[in-house]
Amino acid sequence: MSTTAVTTPSRLRVPRWAVPAGIAVLFAVAYLVFRGTGTLPHDKSAPQFLALTDLREWIDDHRNSNPLFLYFLNYIRIFVGSVYTAFQVGLYALGWPGLIGVMGALAWLAGGWRIALLALAGVGSFGVLGLWQSSVDTLALVAASVLLSLAIGIPLGVWAGLSPRVRRAIMPVLDVMQIMPTFAYLAPLVLFFHIGAPAGAIATMIYSIPPAIRITALAIEQVSPTAVEASSSLGATGRQTLFKVYLPLARSTMALAVNQTIMMALSMVVIANLISAPGLGGDIIRGLSRAQVGIMLPAGIAIVIMAVVLDRMLVALARKNPHHRIGGARLIPAAVLAAAGLALTPLLPAEWPEGWTVNFVVQVNDAVHWAETSWYGVTTFVKDVTTSLLLNPLEDLLTSAPWWLIAAAALLLAWCVSGVRPALTALGCLLAIALLGIWEHAMQTLTTVAVAVLVTLVIGLLLGVAAARSSRYSAVQRPILDAAQTMPAFVYLLPALALFETTRFTAIFASVIYAVPPVVRLVEDGIRAVPATVVEAAAAAGSTSGQLLWKVQLPMARRAILLAANQGIVMTLAMVVVGGLVGAGALGYDVVVGFSQRTDFGMGFVAGIATVLLGVMLDRITQGADRRPSPQRRKTT
Amino acid sequence: MAVSPDSAAIEVGGLWKIFGPKAERVLECDDRYLEPTALREKTGCTAAVRDVSFEVRPGEVFVVMGLSGSGKSTLVRCLTRLIEPSAGEVRIDGEDIGRATPARLREIRRHRVSMVFQHFGLLPHRRVIDNVAYGLEVQGIAKAARHARAGEILSLVGLDGHADAYPDQLSGGMQQRVGLARALAVDPRVMLFDEPFSALDPLIRRDMQAEVIRLHREVGKTMVFITHDLSEALKLGERIAIMRAGSIVQLGTPEELVGAPADDYVADFVRDIPRSHVLTLRWICRPPEPGEPLDGPVLPARTIIKDAIGAMSSSSRPIRVVDGDELAGVVDRVDMLTFLAGQDAATAVQASA
Repeated sequence: MSTTAVTTPSRLRVPRWAVPAGIAVLFAVAYLVFRGTGTLPHDKSAPQFLALTDLREWIDDHRNSNPLFLYFLNYIRIFVGSVYTAFQVGLYALGWPGLIGVMGALAWLAGGWRIALLALAGVGSFGVLGLWQSSVDTLALVAASVLLSLAIGIPLGVWAGLSPRVRRAIMPVLDVMQIMPTFAYLAPLVLFFHIGAPAGAIATMIYSIPPAIRITALAIEQVSPTAVEASSSLGATGRQTLFKVYLPLARSTMALAVNQTIMMALSMVVIANLISAPGLGGDIIRGLSRAQVGIMLPAGIAIVIMAVVLDRMLVALARKNPHHRIGGARLIPAAVLAAAGLALTPLLPAEWPEGWTVNFVVQVNDAVHWAETSWYGVTTFVKDVTTSLLLNPLEDLLTSAPWWLIAAAALLLAWCVSGVRPALTALGCLLAIALLGIWEHAMQTLTTVAVAVLVTLVIGLLLGVAAARSSRYSAVQRPILDAAQTMPAFVYLLPALALFETTRFTAIFASVIYAVPPVVRLVEDGIRAVPATVVEAAAAAGSTSGQLLWKVQLPMARRAILLAANQGIVMTLAMVVVGGLVGAGALGYDVVVGFSQRTDFGMGFVAGIATVLLGVMLDRITQGADRRPSPQRRKTT
Repeated sequence: MAVSPDSAAIEVGGLWKIFGPKAERVLECDDRYLEPTALREKTGCTAAVRDVSFEVRPGEVFVVMGLSGSGKSTLVRCLTRLIEPSAGEVRIDGEDIGRATPARLREIRRHRVSMVFQHFGLLPHRRVIDNVAYGLEVQGIAKAARHARAGEILSLVGLDGHADAYPDQLSGGMQQRVGLARALAVDPRVMLFDEPFSALDPLIRRDMQAEVIRLHREVGKTMVFITHDLSEALKLGERIAIMRAGSIVQLGTPEELVGAPADDYVADFVRDIPRSHVLTLRWICRPPEPGEPLDGPVLPARTIIKDAIGAMSSSSRPIRVVDGDELAGVVDRVDMLTFLAGQDAATAVQASA
C-alpha cells in the first residue's frame, strides 16, 4: 500500500468515526449527570403568556380608539370584509341553479364539455351533501382571498421577476412564510384584525400569496432574453415590453401561479375557521374536535371536490392554445348553460331542497366504529409499538435533558450539517423558545415531528427508489401522488382519525401520508436525473443492482434526497401542529386552546410563535446540507 | 475457461436488435428485411442492428464505424447485453453471452469485458482514484488492494497526482483518461470503446488516439472500437467494419476499404482519404517486364505508398517489392506517378484483388 500514490499520511491516524463517537459519548455522559436539572416544565400561567393575554384585552378595549387601528388596520379589515361580502352576496344572488349553471358555463369555456360536466356534478354535489350554504361561503372566502392575493402577488412577482434586487429582498421573506405552520398566523391576526371572515381571508391570503409571487417571478424570469432584447431594440418602452413581451410569454406559467394560489387558499380556509371564518371548515373543525369522522367527512368531500373542480378548470385553461380564440362552439353551449341556470333560479325553491340531500353521518360513524373495533388489534399494535419504542423514550430524553444540553446538541448538529450561520439561527430559535416559556411543549412537538419525519423518510425513500427503478410501478404511483398533492392538508386527518382515534399517533399518521408524496416524488426525480451514461458505465462494470443503487444512484441523488428531507420536515411540522386538534397535544393543542379560551390566548399566541421558531430551526439544520459541496470535496480543497 | 489462442475473442452471428412494440413479431416474418423507413411506417419499429455477423481475433483492434444512427452504439451494447439483442448469438471467448444468467453476465462484465463511454460516465461524487477503482470495488476487493491497483493504472494513463481530484476538476481529455483507467483497472480481456473521443477537441483526440495505440501495444487487449470518424478508424483499426442502417456493408483492413470499396456508400466515405497514405506497395506492384533492371531498392510489400516515395526519388531503378524473401513485383516511377495522379486506381485494385 505504501508504494502507491494514494497512501494517507502516516501520522497518527484517528479513525473517522472516533470524533463523532467521542462527542456522542460526551453528550450521553452530560445527559446522565445533569438529567432532570435545567428542565423548563410547562406552566399554563407563565408571565409571558399572561402579558400577551393582557395585551389582547387591552387591544380589544382600544380597538376603536387607538389611531393605528382606527385609521389603518380597521380599514384593511373593512375593505377585505366588503370584498368577501360582495362575493357572498353575488353568489347567493345567483341562486343555487344559477350558480351551478354559471360554474358549468365557465368550465365549458375553460375546457369543453367534459370539464363542464365535472363542474356541474361537483357544484351540484355541495347541495347533495347538504352543505350548500357553507360551500358557498367557502367559495366566497376563497374567491375573495384569491382575488386579493393575486392583486398583491402578481405585481410583486412581476417586480421580483424583473429586478434581481427586489427578488433578493423578497425571497427570504417568502421562505419564512412558507415554512411557517398555518396555525402560527392565526393568533397575531386575531390581535390585529379580530376574528371572523375578514381575519380568515387575511390569514388565507398570507398563506397563498407566497406561491403567487414566487411562480410569477419565475415565469417572468424564464421569458427568453432574446425576445426582450428584440423588443427593446425596436424602441419599446419598459411598459410596452412588459405588456407585449413579458406578460404574454409568461402567461402559461402564471396560470400555474393562479392554480397554486387557489389550492393553498382552499387548504387554509378550513383552518381559518378556528378564528371564526365561515364555511366548510366549521364542520371539519367540529368533527375533528369531537373525533367524529361522520361530521367532517361530507365537508371534507365537499372541499376535495371544490379543489378538483377548480384545479381541472384552471389546468384546462392553462393548457388551451393561446392562438385559439374562444369560438361559438364553446360560447353557445356555455351561454345556454348559464342562461338555463339563471332562468331556473326564480322557478325552483330558493333553498336547496331538503329531499335532494344525502345524509350519511350515521353510516360513516358506524363504519368508522367498525373499522376501529375490527382493526383494533393491528392499529393498536402499530400505535403501541411506535409509542413505546420511539415516542416515549425520545420524549423522555428531550424533556428531561437540561435545555442548554439540547441547545448545544442542536448547535453542533446544525454546524456540522449546514455551517455556522444556520447553526447560530437554530440556536437563536431554541433560546427564544426557552425564553417564551414553552420549552416543554416544544420538545414534545419536536418528538412527534422527529418520529413522523423518520417514518416519512423511510417510506418516501422506499417508494421513491422503487418508482425510480420500475417505470411500470411509477406509472401506477404517479397519478396517486398527483391527486394526493392537490388535496387540502387536513383531509389527511380523516383516515388517521378513523383508524387511530385521538392520540399523538393520529397526528403522526396524518403527517406521514401528507408528507410522503412530495418526498417520494423528489427522491424518484433525483434518482431518475442521474445521467444514463453513468448508470450504464456502472452496469458495464458489472455492478449488481444493489451496488448500482448504493454506490451510484443514491449518492448522486444526494441533493434531491436532502431536499426531500427538508420538505418532509417542514410539511410534517405543519401537520403535527394541526394534529393538535386530534390529540397530538403540545404546541398544536395550545394554539387551539388559545383560540377557544380567552384566558389562554397568550399561551396559544406563544405556541404559534414557537411552532414557527421550531420550523425555522429544523429548516436551517437541514437546508444547508444540499447547498454545500460534498464533505469529501471540502476536505481536499 | 480454457481459450485456445487461435479461436476468436468475440464471435457475433446473425445479431438483430429491433426497438419498438411487437419487435418479436417483426423478427418472425419477412418485415425485418424492409428498408428502415418502410419498416417504421409499417410496424412502428426501428431496426438498429440487422443481421450482423463478425469475428474479432484475440489481441486485435476491431473498429466499427458508421454515421450516427447506423446502429454501431447499439451493436457494441449488445455484446455485453447492456442492450438485450432481439436475436442472434454473441460469444466471448467461446462463451454464449445470450445464455448467461444475470450473475454470470455480471461476472463477465466484471472480469472479462470493460467499456469506455463517449460521455465518460464518471461518478461525480467520487474522487478519481475511487472512480478508477469502481470496477474492483464492485468485485468486492479490499480498499487497500484496489487503491494500489488503481494507482498503478493511473500512472499508466498519465494521471499521476490527480488521484484525489474530482472528475469535474479535470479537463475533458483527462476525464476520458480516467474512463480509460477505470476500464483497464479490472484487467479485462476485451475492451469496448463507444466513440470515446468524439466529445474531445481535435488535438486532445489525437493524443488520446496515440494513447490507445500505445496501450494496445503495452497491454495487448482485444479492442472493439466504435467511431464515426473515418481517419480515427483507419489510424486505429486492424480491421474495420462499416455499418449503414444497421447492417455491415463492408468488413476489411483499412487497405481493402480504401482500395476496394464494396459499394458507392463506402466509396463515398473513403473518397477524401489520400489513398497513398493507406494503401501499400502490394496494391500497385506489377510483375517485372522482361529486361527490366532488378537491382533497384528493396522495400517490403506492406510499406505505405507515401513512405516509398523517398526511396523512389533517390533511385532511377524500379523498386523491388518483396513479401518475405519472395519478390512480389516491381514499381517504377511511372507506376507511382500514375497512381498518385489517381488514374490507375481501378486497374491496380483489380490486378491485386
